[in-house]
Amino acid sequence: MNITCNDWRHEFALKLAPENILLQEQNVSILTIQADAWQSASKTAITFNCRFAAIWAKEVNQNFQLNIPLELNGKYLLLRTEIPIAKPEIASWANIYPAANRPERHTHDMFGVIFLDHPDCKRWTRHQAWSETEYPLRKNFSPNNPAIEKETPPDVDYPFFKLDGSGVCEVPVGPVHAGIIEPGHFRFQIAGEDVLNLEERFGYVHKGIEKLSENMEIKSLIRLAGRVSGDSTVAYAWATCQACENAINIEPPKRALFIRAIMSERERVANHLGDIGAICNDVGFAFAYYQFSRLKELWLRLNAEIFQHRFMMDCITFGGVKQDLTTNDIGKMHQEIADFKQELIELFAIIENSESLQDRLKTTGILTQEIAEKIGAVGYVGRASNCDYDLRRDAPYLPYDELSIKVPIFQEGDVAARLKVRAKEIMVSLELINELLNTLPATELQFNYTGSFKNCEGIGLIEAWRGELLVYVSFDENGKIDRYYPRDPSWLNWPALEQLIHGNIVPDFPVCNKSINCSYSGHDL
Amino acid sequence: MLKLLKKICEVGIITEQFNLNDTTDIEFIGKSCRKLINKYFASSLAIRMVDAGSCNGCELEIQALNNPFYDIERFGIHFVASPRHADMLLVTGPVAKHMEAALKATYAAMPKSNLVVAVGNCGVNGGEFGVSYASLGAVSNIIPVDFTIEGCPPTPAKLLTGIMQAIGNRNV
Ligand code: SF4
Repeated sequence: MNITCNDWRHEFALKLAPENILLQEQNVSILTIQADAWQSASKTAITFNCRFAAIWAKEVNQNFQLNIPLELNGKYLLLRTEIPIAKPEIASWANIYPAANRPERHTHDMFGVIFLDHPDCKRWTRHQAWSETEYPLRKNFSPNNPAIEKETPPDVDYPFFKLDGSGVCEVPVGPVHAGIIEPGHFRFQIAGEDVLNLEERFGYVHKGIEKLSENMEIKSLIRLAGRVSGDSTVAYAWATCQACENAINIEPPKRALFIRAIMSERERVANHLGDIGAICNDVGFAFAYYQFSRLKELWLRLNAEIFQHRFMMDCITFGGVKQDLTTNDIGKMHQEIADFKQELIELFAIIENSESLQDRLKTTGILTQEIAEKIGAVGYVGRASNCDYDLRRDAPYLPYDELSIKVPIFQEGDVAARLKVRAKEIMVSLELINELLNTLPATELQFNYTGSFKNCEGIGLIEAWRGELLVYVSFDENGKIDRYYPRDPSWLNWPALEQLIHGNIVPDFPVCNKSINCSYSGHDL
Repeated sequence: MLKLLKKICEVGIITEQFNLNDTTDIEFIGKSCRKLINKYFASSLAIRMVDAGSCNGCELEIQALNNPFYDIERFGIHFVASPRHADMLLVTGPVAKHMEAALKATYAAMPKSNLVVAVGNCGVNGGEFGVSYASLGAVSNIIPVDFTIEGCPPTPAKLLTGIMQAIGNRNV
């Protein structure tokens, strides 16, 4: 036995599989167990109060390897088991962890793994582009199959939840929505204006990212990663690079890490600014929309000036960053932050004191702490419901291990609380950027790695602006990508919308949706 | 309330006159476009935007067209919810197979005199995603496209120019 960590994971391993080896990895420990212990593992996990973070499969010889990372107190444990492809059956975790529901269905659609006793085993990612008996992520499935000529019919007979009764009617919304947003389907059952039930249906923007990454070179993977969810391009590029760097055990130079963090905080600020404006706009407070979209535009313009791209796409490279910051750049950012702070204090006060606005935001779309914990909500959605977790503080990756991070928390769980968390996070990020700029170390920008990537794997974990972003990468014997699985925070937060909409009225749906603002693209893959 | 009014006054009007560094003279395009919009679209051009599979980067920039710097509405261009009200269809993304039917239905619901503009490298040629079991690549693989705007994503300025050129191209 080789148990090297002294936290709950030690106890967990002893309890579950004393005969197994617990490996100390970079940031995540791995525990391999027998497939027949999979179900008891879920029970042990819940008694430990672990948070379910993801599930993904991978083809390994004649088997499917299944992986579930669990988190508790900022420590990650990766549970792993294997089942034969010839009989791909395994116990479902979804009865105990609702967060496992959709990821397991995704794994079924992509690999054909059968999750026994799954509470709702309808298709999820699959619509009609491939058949029930084809599984795109199996290695024998050709990425170009089936041919483009075949027209894909709409997925009309998806078995939505039904509700009957006098005065109950059903409202289908989407996939094409009224605004400039991504496609997805929402099925409401309503009585009058009250929402009785909401069921989400996604997968419309599934474009085969996981399959596409197979056999890629690392460079192309990082380009692709930056396009899994465009609004989080920095976070994806960073998490993916981090996973690759962990796989071969290297660390980028410090200056590069600082610049990555600066970009990541800039991405957080840009998105928070835009969304605060949009949330206010959804309840008719146009003033805030114009002011915040103005600030966001200024912020993006400085991005373009310094990083040559408004969203800083393709600025993170494996082992480093693409470009340095000049003294001039640093000065401009400092100046901008000073200006923004002043303006934001003023604007947040106006938002706080605008009674008609607060009246719409308060008590709207409440996500209780109990439900938030149960579904494993992350990021600002969790933090507005008192789920006090932020990787930058609780599972710090470089360079955050050297910084002290304030994490704003609210209890109310309503739209107003989610907005407040984000407002506070902007201020925290502005301070952080200042600090990072002031202490920028004078090192190289790039770790030049000349070794190979053969048969290795790594996990990247980043606090993206939406919350915990987890990325798994493994390389094959030729040093090409064998498996890439990015788990957007949206996988954990989308189910929150179905819950927090209960008891609200249909006209408040847009603002509720905006207040969680999950990614469709990051989810559909 | 006073604070709010004070802020509005302080900030003032920030909408920009165009003086973009690229070679296209947007003021000129803007003016001639305005004429064309007046003539052919009864002074207002309605756009229906469809994300057919984008990474959402393109959407962010299209949304930015409504911010006070670009304020696309001053040219009589606005975004509408129904394809039946739309003169132009703006499509982003490689077309995901799961969006094929929805995109075709949206196109079919539009008036005959429509313009289709494919936005972003993905919409123009499939971008990073190309053609696969899940993606159909370029928008033109699915519906007829009149004009394309490249970029990953195209900047708001580029979008604005592109939209105007699309109108110009069509009617000149
Ligand atoms: S062109 Fe770029 S930004 Fe636009 S959808 Fe494609 S990858 Fe995203």
